[in-house]
Amino acid sequence: MSDELLSVKSIRVCYGQSEAIANLSLAVARGEIVAVMGLNGMGKTTLMKALIGLLAVRSGSVMLDGKEITGREPFERVAQGLAYVPQGRMVFPALTVEENIQAGLPPSQREVPPELYRFFPVLKEMRKRRAGNLSGGQQQQLVIARALASKPRVLLLDEPTEGIQPSIIKELAVQLKAIRTEVGLTIVVSEQVLSFALSVADRILVLNRGALVHESPRSEVNEESLGRLLSI
Amino acid sequence: MNISAAIWAMQAFNGLSTFCVLLLMALGLAIVFGQMGVINMAHGEFLTIGAYTTYLLSQVSERWLPALANWYFFVAIALAFVLAGALGLVVEHFMIRKLYKRPLDTLLATWGLSLIMQQAFRSTFGAREVSAKLPDWLMGSLKPTPTIDIPINGLVVMGLTTILTAGVLFALFYTRFGIDVRATMQNRAMASAVGINTARIDRLAFGLGCGLAGVAGAAFTTIGSTGPTSGSLYIVDTFLVVVFGGAQSLFGTIASAFTIAQTQATTEFFMTGSMAKVLTLSLVILILMARPQGLFALKVRR
Repeated sequence: MSDELLSVKSIRVCYGQSEAIANLSLAVARGEIVAVMGLNGMGKTTLMKALIGLLAVRSGSVMLDGKEITGREPFERVAQGLAYVPQGRMVFPALTVEENIQAGLPPSQREVPPELYRFFPVLKEMRKRRAGNLSGGQQQQLVIARALASKPRVLLLDEPTEGIQPSIIKELAVQLKAIRTEVGLTIVVSEQVLSFALSVADRILVLNRGALVHESPRSEVNEESLGRLLSI
Repeated sequence: MNISAAIWAMQAFNGLSTFCVLLLMALGLAIVFGQMGVINMAHGEFLTIGAYTTYLLSQVSERWLPALANWYFFVAIALAFVLAGALGLVVEHFMIRKLYKRPLDTLLATWGLSLIMQQAFRSTFGAREVSAKLPDWLMGSLKPTPTIDIPINGLVVMGLTTILTAGVLFALFYTRFGIDVRATMQNRAMASAVGINTARIDRLAFGLGCGLAGVAGAAFTTIGSTGPTSGSLYIVDTFLVVVFGGAQSLFGTIASAFTIAQTQATTEFFMTGSMAKVLTLSLVILILMARPQGLFALKVRR
């Protein structure tokens, strides 16, 4: 048994006739934070949706801790230990903050674990408010708390910094690393903001037209060449 | 107390009876249409199922179980819920489940279903209207003053409506099931991605909506006789109630059922039934022109 927690083997994802991801393979180790970078339209969100099961893969396989999860429904993958924070936040706007978190708890549970409020104190203050009335940064914290409520082993974060003010982005990076250490989480985060990726990730991948074109550990990252890959 | 005040009071009470049946129907439809977006034209037929269940049970108890004759009505309510709900589950599995992504098509599909069900009732029970034999304690009326008659069956239906409405509100707003239902209705894909088995929630919510229509049918037998098309007579009013109240809001549904039923019942006394209907509908149209989102709509950023 290796310490490979999430492994993706040559998956192919298509929208109708057009191929968004061709033959992509990827392995994520237990406890690792991997940032998947790339410009808009290069397949980051497609990859995330394929991993959680909102998009079907045409071929290839996705394994979580040695178990095949290809073809499973999203809720079954969540039960297996995967959690997903979508792009654009997607809170349940008419539910309260507390109800949003409860929706993420395992079936038939209602008790919000106290550590979630400890990670995100602002959510405790706002727990009776409707989620739709929170600010963007607060909603982002809420969806992360909602995803953590299922006690996942792997957290998928799709562009968490999109539309959020810079000071909160920095705070988010600190929070994520603290959570990773405390609950022993593995994180795959897709990102466009290089500084954020550099401050959270252990390893950085670059996606271009649905294929991985670059991979390097954080310690060996050459910011200049990476910046060139990510410029238009 | 003078006569006209007594008439006002009794008309208001009649309005309350209509309100109860409308609300029971609308509660189910508020879940199925308001929350799930399924335009269920066959919702009325589930009411008819509840009504025929009550009729059949009254026949059975009269013939074979006289001991039950006084209390069969409560058994009928439970049975109506179970039968209509079970059929709802079957319909969801074979038809509605495939149409969640095409809400407009549910209109056509369920309209066809409603015709099929009406004909099935006609073939089974005949075209003539039937009436459940009500137990004696349900007949008669209270007389708080010599000029006012308050029918007991109306009071019972009212109690039933109160209990069920409270039950539905509790289930939707104070239980984990309710959170799952509301999350699924707001964003089906996202609900699945946070771990909710949305197919199961859809099935249960649709079944619950149909079961509630069945209970409305049982209540309906106390104020009217049952025919193959009894339910379809209510379907337009019920949609009206849900849309008028604001499709997302259960409190809106309650307020709008009350408004429509009272307007209808009080004006009916002073003019013909159709003129009362014209007046009610005009009022609804005017208000919907000013507030297209219905009486109550949630204010949130989306």
